[in-house]
Amino acid sequence: MSRIGTIARRTFLIGSAAIAGGVAFGIYKLNETPENPLTPGTGEAALNPFIFLDQTGVTIITPRAEMGQGVHTTLAALAAEELDLDWQDVRVLHGPPAAAYYNNAMVGGLLPFKEYQMTGWQHMMAGQLDKAGKFLSLQVTGGSTSMRDGFDRLREAGASARETLKLAASDRLGVAAASLRTESGRVIAPDGTSIAYGELAEAAAQIVPPTVTLRDPSQWRYLGQSMPRLDQVAKATGTAQFGIDTRMEGMKFATIRQNPQRAAMSSFDASAAETMPGVEKIIALETGVAVVASNTWLAFQAADAIDITWAPAPYPTDQDAIWAAIEDSFDTEPNSTLRHDGNLVDLPEEATLVEAEYRMPFLAHATMEPMNATALFTGDALQVTCGNQSPVMVRDKCAEATGLTPDQVTVQTTIMGGGFGRRGDVDYAVLAAQVAQQMPGTPIQLTWTREEDMTQDFYRPAAIGRFRGAVQDGKVLALDGKIAGPSVNASAMPRWTGMEASGPDKIHVEGAYDQPYAIPNYRIAGHLTDLGIPLGYWRSVGASVTAFLHETFIDELALAAGRDPLDLRLELMRDEHPPSAACLEKVAEMSGWTGQTPDGIGRGVAFSFSFGTPVAQVVEVAQTDAGIRINKVWVACDVGLALDPSIVRAQMMSGVIFGLSAAAMGEITFADGAVEQQNFYDYDALRMHTAPAVEVAILENKTHLSGAGEPGTPPSMPALGNALFDLTGTRARSLPLMHSFDLLM
Amino acid sequence: MTIALTVNGHPHQVDLPDDVPLLWVLRDTLGLTGTKFGCGVSACGACTVHIDGEAVRSCQVALGDVWGDVTTIEAQGTPDALSILQKAWVDHQVAQCGYCQSGQIMQAAALLAETPSPSDEDIDTAMAGNLCRCGTYPRIRAAIHDAAAKMSEV
Repeated sequence: MSRIGTIARRTFLIGSAAIAGGVAFGIYKLNETPENPLTPGTGEAALNPFIFLDQTGVTIITPRAEMGQGVHTTLAALAAEELDLDWQDVRVLHGPPAAAYYNNAMVGGLLPFKEYQMTGWQHMMAGQLDKAGKFLSLQVTGGSTSMRDGFDRLREAGASARETLKLAASDRLGVAAASLRTESGRVIAPDGTSIAYGELAEAAAQIVPPTVTLRDPSQWRYLGQSMPRLDQVAKATGTAQFGIDTRMEGMKFATIRQNPQRAAMSSFDASAAETMPGVEKIIALETGVAVVASNTWLAFQAADAIDITWAPAPYPTDQDAIWAAIEDSFDTEPNSTLRHDGNLVDLPEEATLVEAEYRMPFLAHATMEPMNATALFTGDALQVTCGNQSPVMVRDKCAEATGLTPDQVTVQTTIMGGGFGRRGDVDYAVLAAQVAQQMPGTPIQLTWTREEDMTQDFYRPAAIGRFRGAVQDGKVLALDGKIAGPSVNASAMPRWTGMEASGPDKIHVEGAYDQPYAIPNYRIAGHLTDLGIPLGYWRSVGASVTAFLHETFIDELALAAGRDPLDLRLELMRDEHPPSAACLEKVAEMSGWTGQTPDGIGRGVAFSFSFGTPVAQVVEVAQTDAGIRINKVWVACDVGLALDPSIVRAQMMSGVIFGLSAAAMGEITFADGAVEQQNFYDYDALRMHTAPAVEVAILENKTHLSGAGEPGTPPSMPALGNALFDLTGTRARSLPLMHSFDLLM
Repeated sequence: MTIALTVNGHPHQVDLPDDVPLLWVLRDTLGLTGTKFGCGVSACGACTVHIDGEAVRSCQVALGDVWGDVTTIEAQGTPDALSILQKAWVDHQVAQCGYCQSGQIMQAAALLAETPSPSDEDIDTAMAGNLCRCGTYPRIRAAIHDAAAKMSEV
C-alpha cells in the first residue's frame, strides 16, 4: 500500500473511532458543522474534513466517490484552486463514512418544482432543505449533484487551509500574515523565504481556521479549464485499484447464488460442492448460499454444483402479468398531477387529436465491474472495502447485519468500475460482511458472477405512457400524459432511508412534468403500480423513462401539425426558458439541421431538461448493407458553469452512448419469477463498431451550476427513435428498438 | 500437481487444477489484478491478455491449455514508463471508470502489432469484442490512431 494509502487507513481507522465519540445519526442541528472525521497523527494536520496535510504535502479528501465521472479531478481542482497547489502535486482520496461528507445538494431536488422555472426563493428553499442531507447522513454520490455539492465547500476548504497555513507561517517567521502569499504548495514571505505546507502541518493544526472569502472567478487557474484527470495513468496501466482488486494477507475468495425469484432460500444440498477443489466453506444465508474457496473461479464452480430450493417470487412471475398489472394502474387515482395547466376537457372540435401508447422495459445497470466487496470480521470489528456510492449506508447496514455498532465498522471506498446508481445500494457489501462473519479473522472477497449481477439487480422500472394531444393550425393546443408503472422511490426509499416513500412521487414523472414547453393545456399525471420487483436508481432515473414518452409524443404532435419537429420545439420553448431554446438552436446549427434528409439517412431531434441541465440532441442514422447504423450525435447542453469542459464533454458523450445502448437493445424481462437476461450476450450495449461519433457543445447561459453525469442520457433515446422514424416512416412506441428495426449489431 | 507458466517474462509454478481459467490464475494466484473479470464468457473483453503476442480472452483459456508466454497489462508499461499506446490513452483522457481499459489496451496493442496503420474499419473489427459501459469508444479510436502515428515515427 502506498504511503498515502497507509495514512488514510490509519486516519480513517482513528477517524471512525472518533465518530463513535459523539457523531451519530440525527444529532446535528441544521446549521451546525459536522465534526471533522480525520484525526491526524504527529506532524500531520486535518485542517478541515477535506484537507489532510503531512510532511509530504496535501491530500484532498473528497466527499463524493469516483465511478468514472471524473469527480476526483474536479473536486480536487476546486480545493487546489484556492490552496495554490501545483497540479502534479495534487493527491486525492475518498472520505470515510462521516456526517461531514453528507451530500449538500440532494434533498432539495425532491421538491416538486419545475427547476427551469425556479425563482430565487425557491432555490433558497431547496438549499435549506439540502441541509437535511445531514440528518439523513446522505453521503451519497448520485443525482448529478457532485459539483453543486462541492462547488463552494471544496473551494472554502482550500481557502481556509491556505489562510490557516499563512497564520502558521506568520507565527514562525514573525511577519504579518497579510504580507504572505502562497504558491506551489508553499507559503512565501516578502523576503523570498518560503516554507512548504507540510512543514507547517503541526503548527497549523493548532490554529482555529479564519473566515475566508473566495477568489473571484477571474483569478481562476484551474476551474473552467480542462485539467488532466488524476486517474488516467493508473487506469491505462492496470494499476488502478478497484474494489475487486483488493488483496489482503490470507484472503479467501467467495461467491454467492441468491434466489433468482428475489425471495428467501428454502433449502439446499451442497454435498457435491463440498468436495470440489479449493472449497473451504459453504455458508447458508437468508437469500442464498455462499461458497468460500481458494480461488474465485473454484468458488463459482462449486456454487453451480449446489442444489438449491427457492421460495416463490413475491411479484407477478411473467412479463405479460407485469404489463397487465401496470395497465390496471391507469384505472387507479393518479399519485401525482404535478403539471396541470389550462383545460384538457374542452378542446375545439376542429383540432386534430393525437393519441399514442408507449412501453418502456425494465433495465439493468450492468456496470463493467461486477458487484463485489471484501470484508474482514474480527469479533468486535468489521473492515469493509468496496466501491460504493454511499459509505455511511455500507457502514450502518453492515453493522446491523453482523450485530455490531456502526463505530465498530470501518469502510474503505475504492474507485468503482461503473456505478450508474447500482452501487448506491449496498446489498453486495452486506453479503460480504455476513460471509466474513462466519470466518472470523479471514479476509473474504465476495465476487458475483456476471449472471448474478444481471439477475440480482435493482432495476430501472418498466412503464407505460398513454399520451393524447391536440394540434390546430400548426400549433400544439394540448398535451395530456399519463405515466403508469412501479415506483423506484417506493422500492428504494425504505432500503436507503428506512422510511416509506410518501406524497406525490416526483421521480416517477420527472422529465415529463417539468419540461420548458409553453403548451396552453398541459397535464402530466403519474399512476403507481405496486409490483414488488426490486427497483433502483438508474442513470437519469425518472427521466430515463419519461423523456422517451414525452419527446416521441412531441414528434408525433409535430407531424400531425405539419411542423418541423425542431422548429416546433423551439417555438414552444423560446419564451418559456431561453437557455433551453439556446440549446436547441445550437444543436440545429451544429448538425446543419434543415428538416430534410437524403434517402438512406434519418435524423431525429429530442430535448430533455433533467438535473438542472437542458440538453438538446440530434441523432443521425444511416441505412447500410449490414443494418441501420447510428452515425453521429450532436449534443448541446447548458450546465451553467462548466468547471472542467473536457470532463463535461466526456460525461455527455458517455450519457448519450449509455442511453442509446438502452434504447437500441436494453431490456430486462421476467419469466417464472426470474430475470431472463444473464450476461452481455443477451444484455448488450453499443460497441466500437456500433457507437456513433459524438460532438458536444457546452453553453453557459443558465445562472445555476448543474449536473453533467445524467442529463445526456434521457434525450438520446427519443432522438434515436425519431431518427429511425425519419429514415423508415415506422414509429416505434416501445423500447428496445432492435425489436422494430434492423439495427446494426 | 503444479503447472509451469511464464507471465511477463517470469516463470511461475502454479498449484491449481488445470481447468482453472488463466484469468483467475493471474488475478487470484499471481496477484496480477490489472487483468479484469467482466463476464466470464468471452462477451466483454475485459480479461484480454496476449499469449505469444496474440490477444486472447483469458477467461476462456484453461491453465492447462496455455500454449505460450503470457503478457498482461502490467508488462505494457508502467506509470513511470508508459508505452506509446498507454501514453496515447493518457493524452486522449480515454478512461472514465477505467475497468475495461486494460482489456481495450491489450486488444489495441495486438491490433497495432499486426496492422501498424489501422483504418476505422480495422479498429471496428478488432475492437468489437471489447465492451465499455462508459462509452469511451470515440476516444479509444482517437488514441489508437494517435499511437499508430507515433509508433510509425519511432
